[in-house]
Amino acid sequence: MSDMDDAYKDKILEVENLNVEFSTYGGVVQAVRGVNFSVGRGETLAIVGESGCGKSVTVQSIMGLIPTPPGKITAGEARLRGNNILNLPAKEANKFRGVEIGMIFQDPMTSLNPTMTIGDQISETLMVHRHLSYADASAKAVALLDKTRIPEAKKRAAQYPFEFSGGMLQRAMIAQSLACNPSVLIADEPTTALDVTIQAQILELMSELQKTEDMSIILITHDLAVVAKMADRVAVMYAGQIVEMGAVDEIFYESAHPYTMGLKEAMPSNRNDRAKKLTPIEGSPPDLFSPPAGCGYYARCPHAMKLCETKQSEEFILSSNSSHFSKCWLQHPEAPKTDGLFQAGDEHAS
Amino acid sequence: MLVRTEGLQKYFKIGRGQMLHAVDGISLGIEKNEILGLVGESGSGKSTFGKTLIGLHPRTGGKAYYEEQELPPKFSAADHLAYSKNLQMIFQDPYSSLNPRMTVLDIVGEGLHIQGQHSKSQIKDEVAAWLTQVGLNADHMSRYPHEFSGGQRQRIGIARAMIIKPKFVVCDEPISALDVSVQAQVINLLDDLKNSLGLTLLFIAHDLSMVRYVSDRMAVMYLGTVVECGPSDEVFFNPQHPYTKLLIESNPEPDPKAERARQHASIKGEITSPINMGPGCRFADRCPSATARCSVEDPKTTKISDQHSVTCNLFD
Ligand SMILES: Nc1ncnc2c1ncn2[C@@H]1O[C@H](COP(=O)(O)OP(=O)(O)OP(=O)(O)O)[C@@H](O)[C@H]1O
Ligand SMILES: Nc1ncnc2c1ncn2[C@@H]1O[C@H](COP(=O)(O)OP(=O)(O)OP(=O)(O)O)[C@@H](O)[C@H]1O
Ligand code: SF4
Ligand code: SF4
Ligand SMILES: [Mg+2]
Ligand SMILES: [Mg+2]
Repeated sequence: MSDMDDAYKDKILEVENLNVEFSTYGGVVQAVRGVNFSVGRGETLAIVGESGCGKSVTVQSIMGLIPTPPGKITAGEARLRGNNILNLPAKEANKFRGVEIGMIFQDPMTSLNPTMTIGDQISETLMVHRHLSYADASAKAVALLDKTRIPEAKKRAAQYPFEFSGGMLQRAMIAQSLACNPSVLIADEPTTALDVTIQAQILELMSELQKTEDMSIILITHDLAVVAKMADRVAVMYAGQIVEMGAVDEIFYESAHPYTMGLKEAMPSNRNDRAKKLTPIEGSPPDLFSPPAGCGYYARCPHAMKLCETKQSEEFILSSNSSHFSKCWLQHPEAPKTDGLFQAGDEHAS
Repeated sequence: MLVRTEGLQKYFKIGRGQMLHAVDGISLGIEKNEILGLVGESGSGKSTFGKTLIGLHPRTGGKAYYEEQELPPKFSAADHLAYSKNLQMIFQDPYSSLNPRMTVLDIVGEGLHIQGQHSKSQIKDEVAAWLTQVGLNADHMSRYPHEFSGGQRQRIGIARAMIIKPKFVVCDEPISALDVSVQAQVINLLDDLKNSLGLTLLFIAHDLSMVRYVSDRMAVMYLGTVVECGPSDEVFFNPQHPYTKLLIESNPEPDPKAERARQHASIKGEITSPINMGPGCRFADRCPSATARCSVEDPKTTKISDQHSVTCNLFD
């Protein structure tokens, strides 16, 4: 990770060597296995990857939302402006969570209280964390709803969650997460449940607030079109690890890791012939009860070499400003060249 | 037509004598072995239409048919048992639709168990085979739903619906929680089942590119009604209704350069409340082409080609 540091001064959040496991009836699941990344000020980092690869667990660890037991953070740090916030006593942690770091989820209903009005829920956050009076908090809540462009905010503040549409609930949740002016907003699939017109509204709202509030965003999504629209940088996860990371254009136009390329090939294109089959990645991800010693992608990788089975690759830096790396032996300077892969040291081959 | 509705309505009572018009007069038919895509605004009634069609909600009005037999307006327990063999649903929400106290084996095997024609070990084998089909591991069987990620749960729901080899399945956002590779896997699986079992699908999704790719025809909903319906490529590449046009224009592309070049033209305003609705076009408040007539007169449905129809005053 330290190789990347120079390129990103002004880092708000740094996650280093995060390891998380869950004890289950069948054994211990190693859900996150040594994740490193940082988020710069005002930057949007998108996290993509195989379903079940540990994206939600990664951000839930930062937020202190891992149920313990069965979950356990076994190693690593998450530093907010240099201070570790993992495994803090609840009282300490609550100074950061929901204050300096806000979070929104795919399903707003899971984090909103159905028995309280929207306005009161936001006011409560303000009263707890900002010690405002009820009257001041209520007024601020309306202002926040207005900021997220909920029409007739005053009237809406007095309504309950079930009276809101999906898009409005997501905005209400953004309003709540903004209550304490967070410097980092974590959004776990915030628009997956919304149609594309409402999705566009929410994403544009997030970008706009990012500028006015000077916020960093960590965005988890499966939708590569949303990544293309929002991200400055992209981290690609597979089997509990980040296997490739880079600027958004590097990931889309110069991707190097075989998993990233498999993902891109699996997408239907609008120009696709409908009679043609889609091309998913063959096979399934490794069992995280006993993760493989070598590369997690070995069993499915069309380019796998003998070495890959037993030894994990280093993170090979692929761009001069060290923003782009791939954790794959193919990027080793002495690896055999493979057609269609961008290699370290090549002139931008693609 | 394998399944068909005529003026299907589903209103919800929401207290103080108010009625929420979730589905308000939908007539749609799906041919045997056809995939009909259903897209539209969040909250426009897509899930409610799917559920009402297969009897999971009693209907308020209109008719629904399966193999040209009228389905009962309100299913009895016996009706549910009889029809669930052929009419199935993959639910949108992978969190609340799986019983947290049941193991994956019990959840996926439940349909076979109810039918009572399989031994325990046969059910186990079938469950193992289906878990593999949907890209999960056969030894996930003994685990409970909370031990899975969102996308993994979604696939448990798919295996549960498909294991009894139904004739018609409402797939409610079956892929939105999945990464694109697993999406491709599930789509190919649905396509194989369509061919091998002669399956017919109502495919509800927000991902317009995927709906175009998967579906033979595509219907677009807005506030409880279908505003446009036609062959997928025609609706996607040549949308006619003002709402469909806005919807297709908002569809982002997985290409950062194209996205940076995009003109921002997100749709303004909120969807009108579906409670106690009056006359006129439901899109009139937000429609860039609205005229005075639109707010007083219900637009009629016009056929603009053999299979393509639009419900808008601009066309009649
Ligand atoms: N409470 C839990 N008990 C046991 N295992 C768990 C628990 N929560 C998560 N896991 C496991 O940890 C792994 C990572 O889960 P996570 O929810 O982070 O995946 P994800 O990348 O967010 O996937 P998705 O894209 O499907 O949401 C999964 O394999 C999951 O089975
Ligand atoms: N059980 C219920 N009781 C009351 N209202 C309901 C119920 N189920 C749905 N509704 C309402 O009916 C309308 C249609 O909801 P529905 O879930 O069918 O929309 P949808 O098109 O599937 O939306 P999404 O794309 O967000 O899934 C919404 O206004 C919703 O709030
Ligand atoms: S390290 Fe080897 S197995 Fe892993 S992705 Fe690279 S080539 Fe494939
Ligand atoms: S009927 Fe009028 S308001 Fe409705 S979509 Fe057509 S032009 Fe717009
Ligand atoms: Mg997740
Ligand atoms: Mg729905």
